[in-house]
Amino acid sequence: MEPISQAEKQLTRKSSAPGFGQFIRAVSAIIWKDLAAELRSRELLSAMLVFALLVILIFNFALELDASTRAAVTAGVLWVTFAFAGTLGLNRSMAMEKDRGCLDGLLLAPVDRSAIYFGKAVGNLIFMLIVEAIVLPVYSVLYSVNLFNPGLLLVILLGSIGYVAVGTLLSSMAVQTRTRDVLLPVLLFPLVIPILIAAVKGSTGFLQGVDSVDIRPWINLLLVYDVIFIAASFMVFDYIVEE
Amino acid sequence: MIITVRKLVKRFGLKTVLRGMDFSVAPGEFVALLGPNGAGKTTFLRILASLSRPTIGQVSIAGYSLPHQAAAVRRRLGVVSHLPLLYGDLTADENLRFFARMYDIPQADKRISDVLEMVGLASRRRDLVRTFSRGMQQRLAIGRAVLHDPEVMLFDEPHTGLDQDACQMLDTVLQEVAARGRTVVMTSHDLARVGDLASRFDILSRGVITSSIQRSEIDPNNLLAYYRQAIAEA
Repeated sequence: MEPISQAEKQLTRKSSAPGFGQFIRAVSAIIWKDLAAELRSRELLSAMLVFALLVILIFNFALELDASTRAAVTAGVLWVTFAFAGTLGLNRSMAMEKDRGCLDGLLLAPVDRSAIYFGKAVGNLIFMLIVEAIVLPVYSVLYSVNLFNPGLLLVILLGSIGYVAVGTLLSSMAVQTRTRDVLLPVLLFPLVIPILIAAVKGSTGFLQGVDSVDIRPWINLLLVYDVIFIAASFMVFDYIVEE
Repeated sequence: MIITVRKLVKRFGLKTVLRGMDFSVAPGEFVALLGPNGAGKTTFLRILASLSRPTIGQVSIAGYSLPHQAAAVRRRLGVVSHLPLLYGDLTADENLRFFARMYDIPQADKRISDVLEMVGLASRRRDLVRTFSRGMQQRLAIGRAVLHDPEVMLFDEPHTGLDQDACQMLDTVLQEVAARGRTVVMTSHDLARVGDLASRFDILSRGVITSSIQRSEIDPNNLLAYYRQAIAEA
């Protein structure tokens, strides 16, 4: 083999200072990698889907409610389903990185580590939205509720973003412990209580046709929560993943 | 010096693993870092790889200091550990393509083909990594580590879990990596194997380098005796 020439080094190496373009390329590479791996294994999505469908079926049989009570609890059941299925997905997504030391492989890349966080978070959000898109029609039929309301879909999107933003950060912390499966929900659920309350209140408001002025504070809370936790994760992810 | 470490201390809670360690490597050197279990070899390599922060001390690689210029250091580093750091559900080609994007490597197709050729996996490029033997995964791990043409390579016990044939194949690849003028730091427990590969042997014991010798100063057959004496005197 020939020794490394300067020209060859220049060819295979760009500037030491990674720019925004490289940040975006790293984020998209991680999303592509997660989707490609999931397309092959189907471990994460199938586990989340089966779990979510089982939860709504169990609730459906357990709560044999009259129509008015059912309308009042629909949003709560929906968000419990999303939260539990989401935890399962977050755990699997980070466990995949821990197996074979892949997380170290990611951390060795010369990119800002927040790119790793955003790549994983967007991947997790895509998986969560896919599960929600499948669960919603089933839920709609079982609970005889029209869930295809633009306002409700907005609440689900904002709630999912907040949930995944915190969940991705905490799962990257939990995955480094031996009790990761137990630790993630223990850490996550107390932190996402504000988002679950806002999401349930907002969803109930849209399902019951409440005036949008009364729902707006919950939407605003979701927005603020999303911004705060995305910003906080951006700042602390590097310290969480480094020993 | 391409690697300079001064007064490095690493503590995990109350436990001190590295105790004021000094270490330096000249460009093109192949340093074998030897020591008993728990001496701090892996911790030290993880600090060099910017996967762990020093508690106290200065570390610089290729003129960039850690942890402040970690991204610049990582661009110049290739790391191979006893774990492959590869995704089992992606093919060999897809794994390298993913890391090529992470390292922002131009003309990635050609580079990936060259690297797969170098590690002898060109014919298996479309196969899932989880179908590879341990030896093949380790060779692909080396391919991943050299993909961005790093100046410094860190190997953390790369022979762990490999059979004799796989070890020999790995050694051939290691020799090719060293022959390209890269600086290599490798930890190992296999003295016979590193005796043929390294140009310098450093003994790490209880968190400090206790002894260092050039290959030209010692017969590789006497390396085990030298190692035992250095550990006993530490």
